[in-house]
Amino acid sequence: MSRMKFRLGFLGRLEGLPIGIVLAVLYIVFVFTAPSVFTGYRIYMSFFQTVPPMLVLALGLTFIITAGEIDLSFPAVVALAGFVFTWVFKTFHTTWGAFVLALAAGAVVGYINGLLVARLRVPSIMATLATQFFWYGVTILIAGGLQINIDDVIPTAIHAIFVGRLFGVFPAQALWALGLTVLFWFILNRHRFGEAVMFIGDNAEVARVMGINVEASRMRLFVMHGVIAAFAGLLLTLEINVFYPTQGQGMLLPVMAAVFIGGTSIAGGQGVLVGTFFGSYIIGSLEAGVVATGIGGYWVQLVEGLVMAASVILNVVIGEEGLSALSRAARKWAVPEPPDARPRSRGGASG
Amino acid sequence: MAETLKDQQALRLVNIEKYFGSVCALKNINLEVDRNEIVGLIGDNGAGKSTLVKILTGVYPPTSGDLYIGNHKVDPRTYSVTQAYALGIETVYQDKSLGEKQALWRNFFIGREIVHRFGFINVRKEKEIAREIMVNTIGFRGRGITVDSRASKLSGGERQGVAIGRAMHFEADLIILDEPTVALSLKEVRKVLNFVHKIKEAGKASIYISHNIADVYEIADRFIVIDRGEIVAGIQKAEISLKELDEFLLEYSHGLKDKAGQ
Repeated sequence: MSRMKFRLGFLGRLEGLPIGIVLAVLYIVFVFTAPSVFTGYRIYMSFFQTVPPMLVLALGLTFIITAGEIDLSFPAVVALAGFVFTWVFKTFHTTWGAFVLALAAGAVVGYINGLLVARLRVPSIMATLATQFFWYGVTILIAGGLQINIDDVIPTAIHAIFVGRLFGVFPAQALWALGLTVLFWFILNRHRFGEAVMFIGDNAEVARVMGINVEASRMRLFVMHGVIAAFAGLLLTLEINVFYPTQGQGMLLPVMAAVFIGGTSIAGGQGVLVGTFFGSYIIGSLEAGVVATGIGGYWVQLVEGLVMAASVILNVVIGEEGLSALSRAARKWAVPEPPDARPRSRGGASG
Repeated sequence: MAETLKDQQALRLVNIEKYFGSVCALKNINLEVDRNEIVGLIGDNGAGKSTLVKILTGVYPPTSGDLYIGNHKVDPRTYSVTQAYALGIETVYQDKSLGEKQALWRNFFIGREIVHRFGFINVRKEKEIAREIMVNTIGFRGRGITVDSRASKLSGGERQGVAIGRAMHFEADLIILDEPTVALSLKEVRKVLNFVHKIKEAGKASIYISHNIADVYEIADRFIVIDRGEIVAGIQKAEISLKELDEFLLEYSHGLKDKAGQ
């Protein structure tokens, strides 16, 4: 009996379950509507190649949104980090030096965002909108508006490590993205920094009176997101072996969509990283999937919109509360409650 | 040494003043709280109660004056919320004690997590202790509230119970309750007052701040009346009945007007 309770309770608390179901249903639909494509392994390898940069960005953005902030500047970091890497690589023929400097560039952008948001108290949507334009501007200016090919990065170790093909087929970046998802899950849910982020997003004043250094935590958060976005930019640049000054443009809305359909609320205070993981794969699979079904390219956006709306509605309607309510009900069907054990309504603390 | 306190004092303020720019919020505050004494702090809106609380809890530094907590003289320049915790001062606020969307076990340990290496939280241990506090210290039993419940599921009185239980767990010597019963139903107020009685039973000191004279009268051993940033009266409970206290406060506010008119 108690084991039963435990299992159902666990189901209710399973993170990202609704959106995981959406992803599964979506793939099942694709398998039936486009069997020639979705029963082979190639399409999945292609998703594992294209989704990771977006997923990595979405992981960082989940933290930002959990803290009750927003960051619109990460697409510019994708471009800036790509430029720093290619330029340093071309000029000094070092891969790891280029890698570290690219991440450092992301940290600088994040630090400046942090200064604006945490120190000067500029609302993050305004601050990062401005820095987004600024850093794209900087990148285009110093790159002279030109793209840079780095085909000679292909034989290097860094290329093999981050975007190589395991067993000749499996893209390494998918494992990096998966590993980062696990790492960030532990940081958000099991580390004191993650707890501070959640409390700040929930109510910054509570966090402050409970002794959390709100300003420093916000700084750290933006720096972290800058570094994450730079890493995503590196995955992108390494995969396509070319830097182009507008890279990352067009990623803002899909990445935000991935976070929101994953179940993270814009209100802050809670982040669902498992949902973000599934959400990124949904967003990244839709276009190819819809095209493969043969209904025509003009349908892509319409179907994307429908799936996003359905996911968001699902999260709101049967979100975490709904699921735990469901599991409570299921528990009651299994083990009828004694008549006097009423659900809490009169409070439990009468001394 | 002049700085050493008599052992029975939990807190002593000497000539504390606080200015915000040129606005004087607190003037000449001299206040002592004995160990295991509950002091009721009474005053109107804007009298300076909240400012005083924020100075005691390390949120703001005072402009001048000395602050002694237990046997320590506190340096106002380095005094912070964390140091207040370390010296055994805990605060229960009207409405900002708990993170609404967070599980209760997180709310118990926020800012003072029990951690493994690298700052990862020992969830098992935190939950165990939180459960212990809920059952033994504050007496939550059954009723569908567990350490995994979100704070938003609790009634107002229960939330204050959690905050008070948290304060008692962390071995506070002095618990400051800043208007803990505002916006609660009568029944919930009763619960909170019961929690405050537990503070006294546990041998701790407390400063209880409220608008409600009847509540303060029930709880406190001594009353401090504060007005326009100054302490204007200190009365032992034994010296006065609730009715007299009420009348005194009324008369006082009228008397003040008369004086101002002179």
